[in-house]
Amino acid sequence: MSGITREQVAHLASLARIELTDAELTDFAGQLEGILSAVASVSEVAADDTPPTTHAVPSVNVFRADEVRPSLDREALTDSAPAAEDGRFRVPRILDEE
Amino acid sequence: MTVVDVYASADVIARSIAAGEVSAVEVAQAHLDRIEAVDDRVHAFLHVDRDGALEQARAVDHAVASGQPLSPLAGVPLAMKDVLTQTGVPTTCGSKILEGWLPPYNSTVVERLLAAGVVLLGRTNMDEFAMGSSTENSAYGPTSNPWNLDRIPGGSSGGSAAAVAAFEASLAIGTDTGGSIRQPAAVTGIVGAKPTYGSVSRYGLVAFSSSLDQAGPFARTVLDTALLHSVIAGHDPLDSTSISADLPDVVSAARAADVAGMRIGVVRELSGEGYQPGVQARFAEAVAILESAGAEVVEVSCPSFAYALGAYYLIAPSECSSNLARFDAMRYGLRVGDDGSASAEDVMRLTRAAGFGPEVKRRIILGTYALSSGYYDAYYGQAQKVRTLITQDFQAAFASVDVLVSPTTPTEPFRLGERTDDPVAMYQADLCTLPSSLYGGPAISVPAGLGDEGLPVGFQVMAPVLRDDLAYRVAAAVEAALVSRWGGPLIAQAGALT
Repeated sequence: MSGITREQVAHLASLARIELTDAELTDFAGQLEGILSAVASVSEVAADDTPPTTHAVPSVNVFRADEVRPSLDREALTDSAPAAEDGRFRVPRILDEE
Repeated sequence: MTVVDVYASADVIARSIAAGEVSAVEVAQAHLDRIEAVDDRVHAFLHVDRDGALEQARAVDHAVASGQPLSPLAGVPLAMKDVLTQTGVPTTCGSKILEGWLPPYNSTVVERLLAAGVVLLGRTNMDEFAMGSSTENSAYGPTSNPWNLDRIPGGSSGGSAAAVAAFEASLAIGTDTGGSIRQPAAVTGIVGAKPTYGSVSRYGLVAFSSSLDQAGPFARTVLDTALLHSVIAGHDPLDSTSISADLPDVVSAARAADVAGMRIGVVRELSGEGYQPGVQARFAEAVAILESAGAEVVEVSCPSFAYALGAYYLIAPSECSSNLARFDAMRYGLRVGDDGSASAEDVMRLTRAAGFGPEVKRRIILGTYALSSGYYDAYYGQAQKVRTLITQDFQAAFASVDVLVSPTTPTEPFRLGERTDDPVAMYQADLCTLPSSLYGGPAISVPAGLGDEGLPVGFQVMAPVLRDDLAYRVAAAVEAALVSRWGGPLIAQAGALT
């Protein structure tokens, strides 16, 4: 449980698809180190034999009936998109080659 | 025309409307006027839906005139946290990344409120994506505490709490992930409840931390809070984590306000160092009230509560880093840098840089770290085990007591700006509210009085899963005794804004 470096923050930001400025990298590295030392106490707890809790209240998978029913209006969805064309979402270039 | 009293309780307003003494339109208009008069100082609202509110009010008046059956809250005006979708008005979640977005469907909470004739006045300010304890993380500027405009209104549901405390709305909806209803209720001198996880549908609630997020009610009295709770709670097939079991009758519990014979546990770990003397004194007085009302009070130890903050600030950021991946600039919201040559990945990076504020970025990066290979077991995995231990503490305690009690927050509301540069100090505001969130049980905050600085402090009651009624019963007993001691509700002691 050590600190977190500026380089690590840059790597994590790249995984999370967030462009950070130099100032943000420096600020976050310091702040995340502080947060990690505040939360690191969980590692002191002896819990090897304790099962993890993923949900507050135990739940089982739920299936709905396999019936055709109306879905959201397609036009309403594309209307709220940043860019749409021919009833579809228009997205930026996704391949390296033109 | 009758003069509409915006200071009246929701229960009284609804009865007056049902009796034809006042119209729902007059009630809505009086609250819209109040918003107009005070919200430039409070900034509780991000969007006021004047036309929509008046239209909903007219429908209630029509129902009254034609003798149709009315819900117990028909015509009562409500402020909605800007995180539950509602068609026809923007949903921003306090973020620039959703600025101007009009959701294509209603959340189940909104559907239930509209069906009950509750009048939706507008959308309230919040910490961006509900991440924060002061509402200062909103991209649209902070909200002020109506008691003192230089103080925080709590968060993340600070706009909802401030709207009710400033008499801009009789009722409000907030969401509580680690205390975001209870802490703002405490510091604005009103009542707020986090229902049992899964008892209020999350459909249309923009997700922050899915295993913890829960919508719930704010009001100025315990009974009004219970009335609103019973309108929004219930099974929803559109939310796979929605509980299908029968829910307890919180309205009867709030009316009963009887604690004779109940066993009440004071949590030893939620006191002592870091708790202001005024907070501890008000807490002790509330406990004494319960004792004199016939409850048996015992001290209870919950040793794992000491690790709640650590577990929460690993689990919530981890879940947020996954949930907020949906803001990818492709299907809704902001898109930045799409100049025809930039790749989709570059557009995502630039959009998320421009659209998210600092706390959201911090938490996404922290969550990405806690979930990454090599750290998962030590952080996220360990936090989930600690969550089990905290649940076991609750279960052990509830084997011998009916409810647990604590202060809602360790301190009175701090100054705007005081903790914005120190995330860890900010997180301390949630110390008392985090355990119930991790356990999933219900908890309520009720006004306990004023602290040493003359600002509100809250009393928290935590109950077993699906025993929301017990939390309401105890909160109502504390309220009844204190209101009679004060000669009126605590909120009447707040300075007038006009």
